[in-house]
Amino acid sequence: MTDTHPNGSPGAREAHGGGHGETSFLWKYVFSQDHKVIGIQYGITGLCFLFFGFTLMMLMRWQLAYPNQPLPWPWLAELLGNIRAPGGVLEAGFYNQLGAMHGTIMVFLGVVPIAVGAFGNYVVPLQIGAPDMAFPKLNMASYWVYFCGGVIMLASFFVPGGAASSGWTSYPPLSNIATQGQTWWLVGMVFLITSSLLGSVNFIVTIVQMRAPGLSMFRLPFFVWAQLVTAFLLLLAFPPLEAAGVLQLMDRVFGTSFFLPSGLVVNAIPYAQTTGYSGGGSALLWQHLFWFLAHPEVYVLILPAMGIVAEIVANNTRKPLWGYRLLVYAAIFLGFMSFIVWAHHMFMTGMGTVMSTFFQTTTMIISIPSVIILTCMILSLWGGSIRFSIPMLFALAFLPMFAIGGLTGLPLGLTLSDLHLHDTYYVIGHFHYVVAPGTIMALFAGIYYWYPKVTGRKMSGLLGHLHFWPTLILMNSIFMPMFFMGMAGLNRRMYDQTVYVHGRGVQPLSLMVSWSAWMLAVAQIPFIINFFKSWKAGEKVNDNPWEATTLEWAAPSPPPHGNFTTLPEVHRGPYEYSVPGQSGDFCPQHARPDSASEGTPSAPPVPAAH
Amino acid sequence: MSDHPPPAPAEAAVMPHGAEEVRAHLKIYLAVFFALGVLTAITVGIAYLDLPSKNLAIAAAMVIALVKGSLVALYFMHLIKEARVIYWSLALCVVFFAALMALPVLTSMEHL
Amino acid sequence: MSTAIPWSVKPHPVTGIPNAKLGIWLFLASEVMLFGALFSSYILIRTGSEQWPMGRTILNIPLATLNTVILITSSVTMVMAWASLKMNQFGKFKLFQTLTILLALGFMVVKAFEYGGKLHHYEVTLVEGSEAADKAGALKITGHIDHATAGNGGAITSWIRSRDDLHDGKISFVADPPAGSHEHPAAIELAAEDMERLTFFGPHRDTFFAVYFTLTGLHGIHVLGGIVVLLYFLLPGSRMWRTDPERFTGRIECTGLYWHFVDLVWIFLFPTLYLL
Ligand code: HEM
Ligand SMILES: [Cu+2]
Repeated sequence: MTDTHPNGSPGAREAHGGGHGETSFLWKYVFSQDHKVIGIQYGITGLCFLFFGFTLMMLMRWQLAYPNQPLPWPWLAELLGNIRAPGGVLEAGFYNQLGAMHGTIMVFLGVVPIAVGAFGNYVVPLQIGAPDMAFPKLNMASYWVYFCGGVIMLASFFVPGGAASSGWTSYPPLSNIATQGQTWWLVGMVFLITSSLLGSVNFIVTIVQMRAPGLSMFRLPFFVWAQLVTAFLLLLAFPPLEAAGVLQLMDRVFGTSFFLPSGLVVNAIPYAQTTGYSGGGSALLWQHLFWFLAHPEVYVLILPAMGIVAEIVANNTRKPLWGYRLLVYAAIFLGFMSFIVWAHHMFMTGMGTVMSTFFQTTTMIISIPSVIILTCMILSLWGGSIRFSIPMLFALAFLPMFAIGGLTGLPLGLTLSDLHLHDTYYVIGHFHYVVAPGTIMALFAGIYYWYPKVTGRKMSGLLGHLHFWPTLILMNSIFMPMFFMGMAGLNRRMYDQTVYVHGRGVQPLSLMVSWSAWMLAVAQIPFIINFFKSWKAGEKVNDNPWEATTLEWAAPSPPPHGNFTTLPEVHRGPYEYSVPGQSGDFCPQHARPDSASEGTPSAPPVPAAH
Repeated sequence: MSDHPPPAPAEAAVMPHGAEEVRAHLKIYLAVFFALGVLTAITVGIAYLDLPSKNLAIAAAMVIALVKGSLVALYFMHLIKEARVIYWSLALCVVFFAALMALPVLTSMEHL
Repeated sequence: MSTAIPWSVKPHPVTGIPNAKLGIWLFLASEVMLFGALFSSYILIRTGSEQWPMGRTILNIPLATLNTVILITSSVTMVMAWASLKMNQFGKFKLFQTLTILLALGFMVVKAFEYGGKLHHYEVTLVEGSEAADKAGALKITGHIDHATAGNGGAITSWIRSRDDLHDGKISFVADPPAGSHEHPAAIELAAEDMERLTFFGPHRDTFFAVYFTLTGLHGIHVLGGIVVLLYFLLPGSRMWRTDPERFTGRIECTGLYWHFVDLVWIFLFPTLYLL
């Protein structure tokens, strides 16, 4: 890997061909090639999908809290129609669609686009002192391909038979014989995969090639490292899922049997009799290809979040991150290992003991770097004069939430305990602690933290508190009970748990989860108000309101097209806070060594807006 | 179509390593072409030999394919002299590729 | 106004390569994983199956060998196209680029013949103990369909995949010549109830054909994509040679890398599908 960038002249800078008229609204805000506009597009779209996916879940929670009772509002039942909610009661098949699409939308259309597409796009070029991404046209294409994928997914709700209903994992043979919606799901996934492929190539090239002079790899903010590792995960783990998608499309459209074993019987009729299918395929093949992506995918969900939290922790403790290099090595190791643990999702598939032990071992090994990262961040807090800003509150909440999510994963990685816990609500609790109170809290932290860079204004602190505290409490009252329900033996993807005695026992917990989920929606109102109101009416702040050290704060807020008026030059590592012997408590990366002791360096002059 | 020699300064920019080096490579390309042709003939020939053991046939075909593939990668794709960052990226890819090839089939073995 | 992206043409002083070159290699790495997943699926399905046909007993080896030679040759012309630019011989570049495209098209034409042969070749599995099975002396016969009628008495014009497509119609079936002969036996009449399964040699016929069509199909799509890119740089894209020759040469280099990769995939597909 490249190490240092020669100081001095950035070398020949060729004019980039994509000159587009800046006068036209269409080219400036819709088909923009500016990484910042694309980042915002990703962010807004992703937030909408996140909210939509959450809405699907709130619907499901009605059925789970009040099994087989009509929805409380007649207009809602009417909206869903007689097929989806006959007599106002959610139909079981529709419930399955909601579940499958909740998972799919949350992961592929909500969190990843926000964590990578929005934060990565907006922040990475700024943090490395680059004028834009390496391939602006590809960047634009990446967003629009993602957008199309999203539209296809949404449209699938309206095709005959409804949306995909075989879970976000789409396990065959059920998914193979499911209605048309599954085909739409597969096509939508091919779009989403293509989009993240374009994005990941762009990120890697940008980070490797376009760092500002003096910004060596080990002077990169941890956030950039996290995005780099994430990009490699997306680049190399997604293609096998694309292959799996192609194979399932072949199965569904051309009648092949890649995932269909011989002798399949559907509805008590031999499948060969009705379809003439050949058989000879393997349902487990799908699981291998799917989890080859989907395990790395969970690190795609968590690494950018860790990156965001690292930035905020360093900034708000006013001291360097503890063990910066260790963090970087841990992230790289984490990314590497994430490719060889996938079959821990398949312990129950009849795998032999040798292979089970192999995957159990790699899984235990991969928990080490996660713990290292968490430990580094917690140790970073030690002895800091912490500023409890809103971003910091969310970042601080991330740490224990992720810890709970991570630790509860260990029993799932051990074959023996997984026998009991596999496919129960315990699993749902475990990974939601990672992605909801974990990643989502970090994403909120990031939004509050970088909002002033994007808009030049701060979000309201009061509304921030009103958002933070209920969210933190409700997240826990949603997901904590799931551990107990799971340990009681309650299966996931259950339409009506009260048909089982052990389900009836934990039904009160289900009520608690549902009410918490609905209240969580209410708790987002302060955020939504804050988000839109502050855009125009928030408190105006200077270019570096958090007194941070990394390069994005050297650009004007909001940064103009091309980002920096003069190209920043980097003279030191990313987190030089409270360096002994200096007057100010922070020393930006781009401050000249001689002027460093003067505390706040002067930001480059703001260029004329255009 | 006639040659359009670009203006002199641009021409200098086209060839940072000089045209001579490229010219010297032309022979190599032809040699590789020849080798690929011969290897194709061999691999087809071997297939019709009906080797006594299936594994032997698979091994022979894969070794030949590997040699052919390496020739293409090394000479046509210039991997024989490439930037470090590309080697690193490909090394990573090769490791994961190996895992992808080996682990699924290993999990399906009776005795593992 | 436009943003200046550093190192989009000139090599980065530390990594030694321009952006696009790293980009295309990363893309190829992902392609390796894509085809790797398909090969891995092939291995898993093949090792898990009770029997597996030798590719060369079913597929057309001469055609495939011809295609191998075509693709290898196109790799050479591709690298020559790039080298011509490097040597500042734009006319030669046009020549070699055109040759590459023609060879690629040739590959697709051969492929079309190969596919066509399969798609018009049928296999019937007869019902055990039926009159037709007794007459044919075997449960499975392969051949082509002379004439078929659907339930309504009309002729079937579209593909026949399963016996259900016939309802209670009939087919007139011409079996393949027996080994060592070139003469087709006389056509026989088969009714829907005589047949357990009727299928052409398409992807659904069995997992061998599923793998064969999927892998060669995806490879073929890559060839088509390559043709589009090659054509673009031969015709409208080549204007850049006059304004920015260095950038143009870089683009041809990246196109070439992709094209060689397509060749490389075929080098592995050929023995694994056709020969083994
Ligand atoms: C914060 C609000 C959220 C709530 C209340 C919630 C609730 C749930 C519940 C109860 C289930 C289990 C459904 C069942 O098994 O029948 C579920 C499944 C799932 N959730 Fe969430 N979730 C939330 C956020 C998220 C986020 C942020 C993600 C991902 C980034 C996510 C990804 C998933 C996935 C992948 C599944 C599995 C779906 C399946 O089994 O196919 N959820 N969620
Ligand atoms: Cu996993």
